[in-house]
Amino acid sequence: MADALLAIRGLSKRFGGLLASDRIDLDVARGETHAIIGPNGAGKTTLISQLAGDLRPDAGSIRFADQDVTRLDAPHRARRGLARSFQVTSIFRDFSALDNVALAVQAHTGQSFRFWRAARAEPALREPARAALEAVGLGGRAHVRAANLAHGEQRQLEIAMALATEPRLLLLDEPVAGMGLEESQRMVRFLATLKRRITIVLVEHDMDAVFTLADRISVMVYGRIIATGTPPEVRGNEDVRRAYLGEDQA
Amino acid sequence: MTISRRTIALAAGGVLLALVPPVAALTNQPFYVDLFRRVMIFALAAVSLDLILGYGGMVSFGHAAYLGIGAYAVGIPAFYGVDNGWLQWGLAIAASALAATVIGAISLRTSGVSFIMITLAFAQMLYYLGISLETYGGDNGMRLSGRSRFGGPLDLREPAIFYYVVLAILVLFLALGNRLVASRFGMVIRAAKSNEPRARAIGFSLFRYKLTAFVIAGGAGGLAGALLANQTEYLTPDFMHWTRSGEIMFMVILGGMGTLFGPVIGAVVLLLLEDVLSALTAHWQIILGPILILVVLFAKRGLFGLLVGAEPRDG
Ligand SMILES: Nc1ncnc2c1ncn2[C@@H]1O[C@H](COP(=O)(O)OP(=O)(O)OP(=O)(O)O)[C@@H](O)[C@H]1O
Ligand SMILES: [Mg+2]
Repeated sequence: MADALLAIRGLSKRFGGLLASDRIDLDVARGETHAIIGPNGAGKTTLISQLAGDLRPDAGSIRFADQDVTRLDAPHRARRGLARSFQVTSIFRDFSALDNVALAVQAHTGQSFRFWRAARAEPALREPARAALEAVGLGGRAHVRAANLAHGEQRQLEIAMALATEPRLLLLDEPVAGMGLEESQRMVRFLATLKRRITIVLVEHDMDAVFTLADRISVMVYGRIIATGTPPEVRGNEDVRRAYLGEDQA
Repeated sequence: MTISRRTIALAAGGVLLALVPPVAALTNQPFYVDLFRRVMIFALAAVSLDLILGYGGMVSFGHAAYLGIGAYAVGIPAFYGVDNGWLQWGLAIAASALAATVIGAISLRTSGVSFIMITLAFAQMLYYLGISLETYGGDNGMRLSGRSRFGGPLDLREPAIFYYVVLAILVLFLALGNRLVASRFGMVIRAAKSNEPRARAIGFSLFRYKLTAFVIAGGAGGLAGALLANQTEYLTPDFMHWTRSGEIMFMVILGGMGTLFGPVIGAVVLLLLEDVLSALTAHWQIILGPILILVVLFAKRGLFGLLVGAEPRDG
């Protein structure tokens, strides 16, 4: 694909006897929301971790924005515009919500070898952070310790942190997992507002979320992508129905 | 604007420390000048350890190495008749910062127990290096021919002057540290302690920040070592023994990790207790141990936390 923002070729990762990524080829177009679905243990998180740079692939390559990033570590990829959320919420628990996001702004705006000025008094960090919190609906919770936020709010906070780094590609690992119906609908509506502006790779078990948000869907089973297509194509795919959707959709 | 308990406690602590020499003079107990100077020297070492341990989550079990390097940086030039303080103390800071660069560059590639063991191993290596330096007294160490000289009124042979020099250095380091932990740099190392994968995922290449913090702490530890050599007018490889590293870590934990000022209280309490208890019994450590355990179990932010209450939330 010519205008692919992300191009994955032959990506393989083995854990002992288990092939968690089996020669994965995948293109994600600029502006696309690409969902990855598949049963538990299929290797979705393993794929996200390799894309984010948290896990080294055994073989294969990852190109992002026309550059080979396979050998770059996570912080470097983040600074190039790759942001991730974790399947198990990962935040700075002992900092306020605003601190969490301000740290993300700080990471994105570069220079942190500054030893004198109080970071919490820098409008250049606090204002964009406040805006990102507002955007995800946490505006009123800025000064709450992150550990004391409700589970759903912590998920929103993670998204706010990712957005504060002004990413070009957002890797979301089950953003609505563990949320109540209303909360998860709110999150889906919010993610829908990001579509087009930001390219998204979305791993999700919630099929309502997937079919609402995704432009294309890839189906993963045993480390392999067995099908990629638009939502109607995937819904109609026999292999997919047998391997996966059949279980909870048909 | 209300004045916080923290501000009051800090001001009171500063005043109390400043009053030690006149009070000691009035009560004719010069010994206390000596004792509290020693306390403040260890406080400097403990505060510097807190920067990496309490704020950066780097459990360095070899901080006494820098005390030793700093002490030898005073002792070796003095041995050859070089007693210029600027030179000795500058060398102490530079040499220990350099050692911290090497030790940090290697140990910071690991984490958890490996990190603790590597920092400990480096300190023990330096300890044995000190023992092997026969010229400088081997395991007996050596006497300092005299205290560092600065010229002018800064005569360290004068106990009270030396005392106020140490106090000034401690206060200055606390003031700088207080800025540092609230700065962008400080936020990065605190974020690394809080959640390393998250800090990396938002784009912080943590190694360089941690190493910088490690070197700053090492340099300050070296300065404490230079002061310690002047304090005792004697130096021995024992300055670098792992029990010494443990003692400094005790001070940090007792006073409150990640509180910056707490380790000063930790140093005061630990060294005074040691002084009092060791007069009562040779087995004073048996009494000290449980006290530490109680503090760890019941005071999350150490004695400083008990004193000033919960952390101010300015986030
Ligand atoms: N670090 C690891 N070491 C060994 N095995 C691992 C490791 N990480 C994942 N695995 C295994 O690799 C397989 C894929 O795991 P992964 O977490 O990627 O699945 P997933 O598709 O994200 O599943 P889920 O939907 O439950 O989150 C699983 O069998 C898992 O047990
Ligand atoms: Mg997963």
